[in-house]
Parts: sequence; structure tokens; C-alpha cells
Amino acid sequence: MNYPVKTKTDFKVVGTRVPRPDGVDKVTGRALYGADFSVPGMLIGSVLRSPHAHARIKSIDTSAAEALPGVKAVVTSADFGVPEDDFLRDVQDNCMARGKALYHGHAVAAVAAKDAQTARAALKLIKVDYEVLPHVTDVDAAMAADAPVVQEGRADESVPAGSGPNVTNFHEFGHGDLEAGFARADLVLERSFKTEATHQGYIEPHACLATMSAGRGELWCCTQGQFMVRELCAGIMQMDASQLRVTASEIGGGFGGKTTVFIEPVALALSRKSGRPVKIVMTRDEIFRATGPTISSSMDIKIGMTKDGRITAADAQLRYQGGAFPCQTVSFGAQAAFAAYDLEAVRAQGWNALTNRPKEAAYRAPGAPVAIYAVESVVDELCQELNLDPLDVRLLNAARDGTKASYGPTFDQIGLVATLEAAKAHPHYSAPLGENQGRGLSCGFWFNFGGNTCVSLNLNSDGTVGVTEGNPDIGGSRASISMMAAEELGIPYDKVRTVITDTNSLGHNDVTDGSRVTFAVGMATIKAARAAIEEMCARVAKIWGIDEDAVYWEDGYAKPSGPNAGNFEPMSIAEIAAIASETGGPIAGHHEVNAEGAGVSFGVHLADVEVDPETGATKVVRYTVFQDAGKAVHPDYVEGQMQGGSVQGIGWALNEEYIYGEDGKLQNAGFLDYRVPVASDLPMIDTVILEIPNPGHPYGVRGVGETSIVPPLAALSNAVSRAAGIRLHELPMSPPKILKAMMSKG
Amino acid sequence: MVTVTLWGSLRDLTDGQEVVEVEASNFKELLDALQRDHPALGPQIKRGVSVAIDGRVYRNSWFTEIRPDSEVVLMPYMKGG
Amino acid sequence: MKNIHVSTTVNGDNVEFICPPGETLLDALRDRIGLKGAKEGCGTGDCGACTVEMNGEIVCSCLVLGAEAEGAEIKTVEGMANGDTLHTLQQSFIDNAALQCGICTPGILVAAKALLERNPDPSETEIRYWLAGNLCRCTGYDKIIKAVQIAAAEMRGA
Repeated sequence: MNYPVKTKTDFKVVGTRVPRPDGVDKVTGRALYGADFSVPGMLIGSVLRSPHAHARIKSIDTSAAEALPGVKAVVTSADFGVPEDDFLRDVQDNCMARGKALYHGHAVAAVAAKDAQTARAALKLIKVDYEVLPHVTDVDAAMAADAPVVQEGRADESVPAGSGPNVTNFHEFGHGDLEAGFARADLVLERSFKTEATHQGYIEPHACLATMSAGRGELWCCTQGQFMVRELCAGIMQMDASQLRVTASEIGGGFGGKTTVFIEPVALALSRKSGRPVKIVMTRDEIFRATGPTISSSMDIKIGMTKDGRITAADAQLRYQGGAFPCQTVSFGAQAAFAAYDLEAVRAQGWNALTNRPKEAAYRAPGAPVAIYAVESVVDELCQELNLDPLDVRLLNAARDGTKASYGPTFDQIGLVATLEAAKAHPHYSAPLGENQGRGLSCGFWFNFGGNTCVSLNLNSDGTVGVTEGNPDIGGSRASISMMAAEELGIPYDKVRTVITDTNSLGHNDVTDGSRVTFAVGMATIKAARAAIEEMCARVAKIWGIDEDAVYWEDGYAKPSGPNAGNFEPMSIAEIAAIASETGGPIAGHHEVNAEGAGVSFGVHLADVEVDPETGATKVVRYTVFQDAGKAVHPDYVEGQMQGGSVQGIGWALNEEYIYGEDGKLQNAGFLDYRVPVASDLPMIDTVILEIPNPGHPYGVRGVGETSIVPPLAALSNAVSRAAGIRLHELPMSPPKILKAMMSKG
Repeated sequence: MVTVTLWGSLRDLTDGQEVVEVEASNFKELLDALQRDHPALGPQIKRGVSVAIDGRVYRNSWFTEIRPDSEVVLMPYMKGG
Repeated sequence: MKNIHVSTTVNGDNVEFICPPGETLLDALRDRIGLKGAKEGCGTGDCGACTVEMNGEIVCSCLVLGAEAEGAEIKTVEGMANGDTLHTLQQSFIDNAALQCGICTPGILVAAKALLERNPDPSETEIRYWLAGNLCRCTGYDKIIKAVQIAAAEMRGA
């Protein structure tokens, strides 16, 4: 059968709002998450963490802990090898410090005991002899030539000569003549920004249950990618991938933070040493101190504009720190910074520096939110100075089909202009504002990608369908995958059940990241369905005694393709399934692919805020998201991504931050002091989904998960500047900072 | 020959050139040719690069076709959240 | 210290368990009674994922000792549905896409049920403040608030 090259536009299942298959389990408390799984004979693991920001580990004495009754194993870095591969060694060293503790909270030893109380008591008996070293946690301080050295020799060949000892990588993107561009401007603004690190803030702690004996391992854990966990753990444990089976539990939020390992190799090592299953569940304090926050940043932005609003040149210097290990995130920030604009002259430079902070982990559109915050703030300030409408200025300068992107390639089909026009036409943009209120807007961008994906689709003997895929469902993807299988097969949604399988049951799947799952797993599902359809049509052709090409598939039936093919009664999928045994055996389709062709994603957010002149507190009073989804497979879940990402961005803008003391210790490692948005902080988050099909997907799907965290930072900063008449160049815009700025303005 | 646009910070590794010409008809040949003609790019290519061909970003996929008139832009390997 | 013997009522059933004096009600529910619906998100009463009802009041079960359950009446998310029939709030959360990862859902459902028992017609603001102790990181709360409003309307009509 030949399939149309053109993107499909007539849908029966895709685009509807069906109930999610995991819904009942989740509302009844039956769904099993990382910490919910237990096995007989299980020990409880607990991790000892560095009380210092930076210290040489001179010795570790575990003898007293080992002697405590009920303690079955103690491990330190001595229980692991030293991987040759830089990346794997960094992952392992982050799980268990080797030689030096690099941040406050860095794991230095771990215990497995008969229960949690015994394990905790044993940790207190481990004697670590530290030589405390000078530390650095601020990115600008870390860039300096005389900064304390976090790790020696980690600079790659991109780092310019003369850079400080903590600088690990440098990136530059752009094109055109900056000097000539700035000379043409009527107004050039240069501004410097600082942003603090935030945490993904998933409510479910990292948790795992490991069994390792006779060289064979079983691991149950909450993760965004069981295949990634297997690859990293097998590498660290120096075992064959075939001997380690990883099963992903239901995942209680990830947002990028569960795309690596923290406790899994430790639990495996404890299990190997004790000969017993070992469960580790992180505390919230450990999560804040030792798992992936984002980068923090220091940025200089320079943009020139003509008095009618045309941007003539744009330049950004981004300095990110991603903790104690090298981190490429600044390259994504530098590429994304000016992506929304069609610019003749643009440059973005990025430096990464090591600090004594936990290793950065991905968080929704990693690197992009802060860079775009800084750029969108300066564009807005130019609009204020030149008395221009900020939306008109975005439209005038917007990247469109054929624009040479600031990061190099020429955009093909992108939806930014349509998104901006939708925002301009929306009643929100012209609604009146009250006292102390202001409106801000910002564009946002993320690349999106596809990646390695395997799907197996099996026809059951009653004509229903099972889909097996390998990507943990973090936003409703099981529903979307079932919908695409049903759409392609022409059967009802409730005839399909999609499950997420362990590492032994499919080939490698990349982690659930990069807004890739609905795009890439969807594409593989459609192709797997097509393979099953081919087989069904071939079987029917044999039954009818006609050519395979003379049979086609429509609405769940094999049909003769025309009068010449013969006059046959169409056969349903259930009829074909019922006689599969007689026609050659079970029928299935599968597809394995490294999916490419994910389209980039743009969004525009409008935010109205009210700033309390007495307290400096900012309240979001109205919020609207406009985003191109290509094709919204399940509109509720697309809206959910847009709303959830927006609120994470609102938290980043207003309250969330890592606070370090002079001693390099994290001072707010808990949800009381690290304040994520709560229900009473927020209004409804209105959404407008645009559908500009992605030509790289059979249904036109684009990833939607990440872009929505990008615009809130600048949208809120721009709204605050209009509401309170002060512009902060720092995040978060917590009440004391706003109040101070308002008071100094008088 | 295809014309490859590098990102700015790679030019120190290619004698100051931001645009180089190499003989290649797919992604794999492109990577091989770049490493052969500009060995200093080796470490970065080993760490990972993506390539945008006519505006579409490919993260690996060696056998992706590159036509002589294709727009080819090298980019760092992408990751997401 | 010796373990403590506790007799209590959970979702209408008489239950007995033995726990150390320092063990939380959350751990007792999860590890002694096998009810895993209440979740530990923080262990410090900040996230609400462990919310259960105790003698008619909603509590963070991570801040209550297992021993305090002696003679008490505990209700958890596992007790909300009537057999195979979901509680109106549970059905509304599914129908209105009010959950994504679902880790906060049990706590939010228990809290929302307690709200509607006290106030069958809460305003949006009342719902938002009542649920302010239950963190959700996926949804931005929008669909949760709407699902509670829709369930409340349905329960008033029923």
C-alpha cells in the first residue's frame, strides 16, 4: 500500500479528548511509583553526603558502621571502578565522590541495613576525614583567573587562551556585521542580567529497588528513560547490558531531572555487596542538594533598534555554571537566545564554568529560558524607550519561513508569525488593566528533537491491539500513542492498549526528553501500524486470490481496491485476527527508527500582573499561552503541557531560587523555603493552540513539552516593569527585590 | 562539494574559516571529510554534533542525503528536558 | 524502645499494626497496612502528597505518628471509590485531564473531598486556598481547579 507523502489532515481519533488509560489507577492510588515497590528480604539503603562545599576526602573509616548489627553493606568510591569515558566517569563521580567532595550534598558513602533507622544510625558511624578547600558557587566568581579550582584540566579545545581555570567550554553563534548593525540603530541598549538556579521540583523523590547477584541485575526505578539507566548502570557496574534489566515505574514528574542516574548505581553496588535487594528513596533535602538544578547565569545583552522598531544588531554574552562537572547547556542558550528574530547581524557567545554546586540536570528547554528572558527584556525596554507596541515590534522582526536563524540554518515551516498574530487578535491583548497592573509579553523557542525509538504493535486474536513502547509517560503519551495507532488502523481508541516496557522487551529507546515522545514514538507507532496493515492486506489478498496491490485498508477493513479487483465483502480487523492462525500465524507490526525531522516550536505568552506597592509582591492576574503544536493529538494534554510549563516559568520568574551561604552550603533545601507556585498564587492559565503542521511527521505533530517554560520569565519581568515602573535585571523577582527597587525609585 | 557553515567558535580550529567546502553526499561522509580536512574538529565531532540540512536538524543518521546545493550547517549535539 | 501496638480504623475496616514509636502514620499506612496511595513528597508537611483524613480533619500523614492512629478513623484515597464506581471527584479528574504524572493526585483528591463536604459550592478562590497545601508540578493547577468545580456542580445536582 502506498501512503500519502502529504501530511494527514482528516482525523477521526486524533484531536479528540479521550480518557487516559492510566487515569483510574492514578485516582484510586493503585498506580505504582518508584517508592511503591518492595520485595521480600529487601534492605534499605541510605547515603552519606558531604557537609562541605568543597573538600578533599583524606580517608573514610566505615568499620564502626559495618559493625553495627543490622548493617549488611557499606560502599564508597572504592567499590566502583574508574570509567575511561569522561561522560560516564562524571556520572559515576556525581553518584559517589572520588577523591574530592565537590559540593554540599555530594554522596561520599552509602549503607544498606535491615531498616531505615539502622541505615541512618550507621551513616553517623562513618568517619570521613575531610580537608576543607576554598569553594566557589557564583558563576562570575568562578570565571575569574584566581578562582578556587573545582576540577583540574576540564577545559576543552574551544576555550580561548587566558580564560579562568574553571571555564570548560566556549561557544559562539551568529552572522553578519555587528558593528555596522549597531551603527544603523537609533537606540542601542546594553544590559546585564543574573538568574539563580532553579530545581525541576518533581513531587516524586528519586527511588529505586536493585537486585544484583551472580553478575545479573534487576532494577526498578522512576526515570525518564529505563534504557539510559541500563546503559549508565551497566557501564558503571562493568557488566553486560544483557545482564541488567531495568523496569521504569510510573513516574511522578521529571521535567528533565530524571534523565540521568543518582542512586541507581549505588543501590546496585550495595546489593552486589550484601547479596540482598536494596531500596533507596531520596529525601527531599537530598533531592535539592544532590540532584539536578538548572544552571545559574550572568548575561550581557546589547541590542540596537531603529526608531520604527527594526532590530539592527544583537549581541549576547552568556556565562552559565552547571555545577561541578562540565556542562554544554550554555550552547543551547546561545543558540536559542535570538531564535525568534530575523536578524542581519547577530552574535551569541556562551561560556560554561565549574562551581561547587550539584551537577546540572536538564530542565524543560535546558539553557533557553534564561537567555531568552534576557533578550526579551531588552527588546521590551527598547520598545518602552522608543514608545513602540511590543507585539508589533516582535511581528516586524519575527523569524519566518526562509529566515536565516541566529544559530545558522534557514527555517522552513515555522509558526511564529501566526502565533504572534493570534496573540495580537486575542481579547487579552487589548483588555483594560487595573491600578498597579501591567501587561508583558515574551516569545519563546525550543528546538525539539526525535531520536531512537522502537514500537511493537500486536494484533490480538479478537482484533484488538496492544502497543508496546519504551518511553516513560510523563504527560499522557500512552493515550496519544493509542490514539495514533487507532487512527492509523481505523479502529476505536478503546480497542488499543499501550504499555511501557522494560529494557529486555524492545531495542534501545532514547529517554523521554526533547519533547520527543508524541512526535517520535507516534511516528514509530504509525509506521508499525502500517506494517501490520500491509500484512493484513497481504493475507486478505491470498484469501481472495487477488494481487496484494488490489487490496487497500480503510476504517478498520481490508477492501478490494475497485471493480477490477473483484467483488469481495470487506474483511474487518477482527475477522482477519480471528483466522490469523490459518493464514500464517500471529500478525504484528514493528518499527525501529532514529526519528529525525522534529520541527522547532515557538510560543508567545501574555501576562498581566499586579504589584503590591506595600510589599513588592507580584500577583499574576491573567495569563494566556499561544503555541504551535503542529497537530494537537490530545488537546487536553497539549494544554496541560502549556499550562504546566508556564507555571514552572512563573515560579522561576517570581520565587524559585537556590540560595547559597558564604560557606557554600545550600540554605533552602526544602519546599518550605524553596517556594514553588501553589494553587492560590495563580489564575487560570488560558491556552490557544495553533496547528501549523510539521512536514516531518505523518500527522504534522510537533513536540510541545518544553517551549512553554521559556516565555514566562520575560513576560513577567516585562509586566512588572509596566506595573511598577521598575525594571529588574535579576531573577527571581522576589518581593524584597521589587520593594527595594520601588523604594529606591521613590 | 558541499558548503558547510560552522558555528563561530569552531573557526579557530579551521584556520579562521566559518564556511568550509568538503566532498560529501551524506552526513557520515560529511563528518569523515571534516575530520580529514580539519583534524582539529575531531574532539568536537567525537563529543557530538548535529547537522541542519536545508533547515532540518539531524542529530545523527549517517545516511541522510546531502545534495551539492543543500544548505548544511553544523550544530552542537542537542539534548532536552 | 519497644514497638507499639495500634488499633485503628482505615477506610471503615478495623486494622491493627505494630510500629516503632517514631514511625509516621504515612509509613505505617504504606508499609504496615499496604496502602500505597498516600505518597511521600517531602516528609516535612510542605507538599501535601501524603494527605489523608483523620477523625474528619485532613492531615499530612508524614507529620502524624503511626501511634497517634490508635482509636482514630482514617480515610485515604483508597477508600474514595464505592466498589467499581469512582467518586465524582475521581471521575471528574479523569474526564477533565486534571492529572498528568498523578503523584499529587491522591492527596489532592482527599483534600478536595474534605472541602466539598464542608462547602458544596466553593468559589475558585476558595478552592485555590483550600488546595494551597497540595503541590502539583505538572498541571499548573488550572485543570485541577476546573475538575473540582465541575465535580462540585455535579454533586450539588445529584
